Amino acid sequence: MNALVIAALLLVLLTFSYQVGWSRSRKLAGNKSQHLHSRPIYHGVLAALFAVLPAMVIIGIWALFSEQVTNSFIVAQLPPETAQLSQMQLQAAIARVKAIASGYGVVGEPSATEVVAAQVFASYQQISFLAVLAAAAAIGAGGLFWAQRRIGPRLRARTEVEIFVRIALMACSAVAIVTTLGIVLSLLSDALRFFSFINPLDFFFGTTWNPRFQSAGTGSAGEYGLLPLLWGTVMISIIAMLVAVPIGLMSAIYLSQYADERVRNVVKPIIEVLAGIPTIVYGFFALVTVGPFFAAAGDAVGIDINATSALTAGVVMGIMIIPFISSLSDDIIAQVPRAMRDGSLGLGATQSETIRNVLLPAALPGIVGAVLLAVSRAIGETMIVVLAAGNSPVLRFNPAEPTSTVTVSIVNQLTGDADFTSPQSLVAFALGLTLFAMTLLLNVMALYIVRKFREQYE
Amino acid sequence: MTDTLLSAASPGSRNREQVRKGLRRRHRSEVLFRWAGILSIVAALGFVAILFGMILSKGMPSFWQSTLHLEAYFDPELIEGGPQPQREDSNSDADYQRAYSNWQRAVTLSNWNTVVETAIRAQVPEFEIETGDLLDLVTTAARFQLRDQYFANPDVLGQTMPVSILGSANTDNWLKGTIDRSQPDARQQLAPETRQLADQFLEQGIIRFDFAGHIFTNVDSRSAPASAGLAGAFMGSLYMMMVVIVLAVPIGVASAVYLEEFAPKNRWTDLIEVNINNLAAVPSIVFGLLGAAVFINYFGLPRSAPIVGGLVLTLMTLPTIIIATRSSLRAVPPSLRQAALGLGASRNQTVFHHVLPMTFPGILTATIIGVAQALGETAPLLLIGMSAFIANIPSSPMDSATALPVQIYLWQGNENRNFFEARTSAAIIVLLGLMLMLNAIAIFLRSRLEKRA
Repeated sequence: MNALVIAALLLVLLTFSYQVGWSRSRKLAGNKSQHLHSRPIYHGVLAALFAVLPAMVIIGIWALFSEQVTNSFIVAQLPPETAQLSQMQLQAAIARVKAIASGYGVVGEPSATEVVAAQVFASYQQISFLAVLAAAAAIGAGGLFWAQRRIGPRLRARTEVEIFVRIALMACSAVAIVTTLGIVLSLLSDALRFFSFINPLDFFFGTTWNPRFQSAGTGSAGEYGLLPLLWGTVMISIIAMLVAVPIGLMSAIYLSQYADERVRNVVKPIIEVLAGIPTIVYGFFALVTVGPFFAAAGDAVGIDINATSALTAGVVMGIMIIPFISSLSDDIIAQVPRAMRDGSLGLGATQSETIRNVLLPAALPGIVGAVLLAVSRAIGETMIVVLAAGNSPVLRFNPAEPTSTVTVSIVNQLTGDADFTSPQSLVAFALGLTLFAMTLLLNVMALYIVRKFREQYE
Repeated sequence: MTDTLLSAASPGSRNREQVRKGLRRRHRSEVLFRWAGILSIVAALGFVAILFGMILSKGMPSFWQSTLHLEAYFDPELIEGGPQPQREDSNSDADYQRAYSNWQRAVTLSNWNTVVETAIRAQVPEFEIETGDLLDLVTTAARFQLRDQYFANPDVLGQTMPVSILGSANTDNWLKGTIDRSQPDARQQLAPETRQLADQFLEQGIIRFDFAGHIFTNVDSRSAPASAGLAGAFMGSLYMMMVVIVLAVPIGVASAVYLEEFAPKNRWTDLIEVNINNLAAVPSIVFGLLGAAVFINYFGLPRSAPIVGGLVLTLMTLPTIIIATRSSLRAVPPSLRQAALGLGASRNQTVFHHVLPMTFPGILTATIIGVAQALGETAPLLLIGMSAFIANIPSSPMDSATALPVQIYLWQGNENRNFFEARTSAAIIVLLGLMLMLNAIAIFLRSRLEKRA
């Protein structure tokens, strides 16, 4: 109801002020002696901006603070001992008054003070709402009055509107910066709070990961050694690259150098389907199909392979990254000048010799960049490892055994009830910061290498 | 002379021999190389085939679930609470609510299990089986189902009605063979009599495999896995996608337009560009940390709410939309801009009246691709509490909810693995189906719009 009234007010203000600006500029323009700078539509828009923006500011301020003001008003109406009640009881008392005032009523007989408070509150509600509405309308009208007085031959309405649009566009593009700032600041501040509990040296160079939960009752904070997680992350990424790079690169080479147009048009989109599948689906695939398959295969040849292990997670992650590698290397190979290829073929080299000795060395920097980008994806990947890596944060070097990663531990530490005060949940931010720094470094390196590579052939 | 001829010929033939040998080797490596390429393509295609084959073969049976078709008698001696109370003028809304909820409580506390039991026993009057074992046959939600049917229509008191009740998850496992039927009794989930009864009902046609529409209409359930559905998760995802579309598209397009058409070449612009490129590569889980620390802890938005999930996914989707919109803006021929500017249009007019409309198909595609990507994202949602068990359909973006990929995550962790492997695959089919649909719409719209333009 209230929202509807406010929306109606703003809408009325908008159309009315637009109309005023438009018709007034039209009237002036009709007077032949005067030449307006802008067309009437811009005068209308400018007037509407002048009227609606201040009104929205008023209503915004009210929306931010009305809740607190209202509650303290109700408490002031109730007997003084109410203010001493606990937070929960206070909320309940306020809710009762609100329920009576709304006419819905409460179960049982409300007390006399409550009824009085509710009556006062109901009138307060009406008055405050009307006051805000009136204030918004008045400010809007004031803005409109000012705007329509400015309308004249010298007013550059279009320029002003365009400046406003330009500022709005710029504000939108600043969202990216605000996001990065938000990420860095929130990670940093909470990580620093974590480091007030735990020595950073113990975190970055510790070899035991054992964050005891407080409910365990030992009172001690637990051990937070990053190395087991980091090693798990690195091991899984290496396995993923061992799967993804050969398959991705070879299929890109075959599709771009050997396959004819029709095969290419069919196969390429199918491989790219792999890129669109949500990672949770890969995780489930690893857990239900790939893991048991490896375990059975290991049994058959007499090797002990765990169903959830670094191997399972790594191989499935490799499958996920294949399209990433293949489409990036496809682009890069396509950028190697044709003359180099033709020269090699003309001297009698076979196609594979041309690819191995000319194309690949020329494209190598770009391919390295692509692989670095892929690695940064692999270390940031979460759902596959949550489901398939076995969640066992112990420093082990056998890929057939369960392991854990940085991302898995972030999920484990923050999925419970996060209270942001204990090292158990704050460690997630220290881990996140590590992850962010690692991926940022890889990305910057990769982008730099790829850019250098592009410049080389342009 | 003959000597010189011979000596000239013999090194030549030796050379030819060498070249021929070398050629054979080189051709062999050529063939090997080519086969390596073919093999890796076959491997990649094989992975796609295995992945989809596994999901489909596991998930499709889950859409048809064992259902009992029975006649239920709404016995007035079992169902308490009497007739439904009416609102009268004398009592307040609160009083009426209390009377109504008292009636509801009485009805709810009635012995609905006995109603269910009577209905099943009526089919096989002489079959000897204990009550507990008998009720194992149907989902524990059966009693709620009959109760809700009664709430919807209290006039059926004392009448017999045909009802269809879902079999329990264990019954479904037994009849579909997803549990090993040769296992000894001790390792079976159901008593021997229950299994026998299930087989008998299937033969008599009392149990049929009906299309499990409740997967789409029910919410998640822990106590009654057989009737667990995706409706809550679907609504949660829908709200999040709405937030993403409302926020990410205008902001993304606006910043792309600014960067591509207006921004001066300076440090500020460079900073924004570097930022956008980096954001595109930040791991999704870091956005989850941002959401937990800023939106929930700092701004105090509710945990588990789609609005927070939507905001986090918006920030994640922005770079995708910005980059794609910029590339479609770049594809607009400069002659168009020059013509507009030459005719006296301002730069704003040029961009908004002439350039931007040309890029509409590109923006649309970028939006849909971004939304599809956001739809499948799981990790950040775990950190903002969307993995909590929610048994309601959220009615607004501020309510607690879960999302489709998170529901998949929750279901794959369920203890009843035999049943939930299939159910999880079914949920994946729904999710992939939605994403496929979005992509198909994107391709269709793009081809249509581009043809017109």
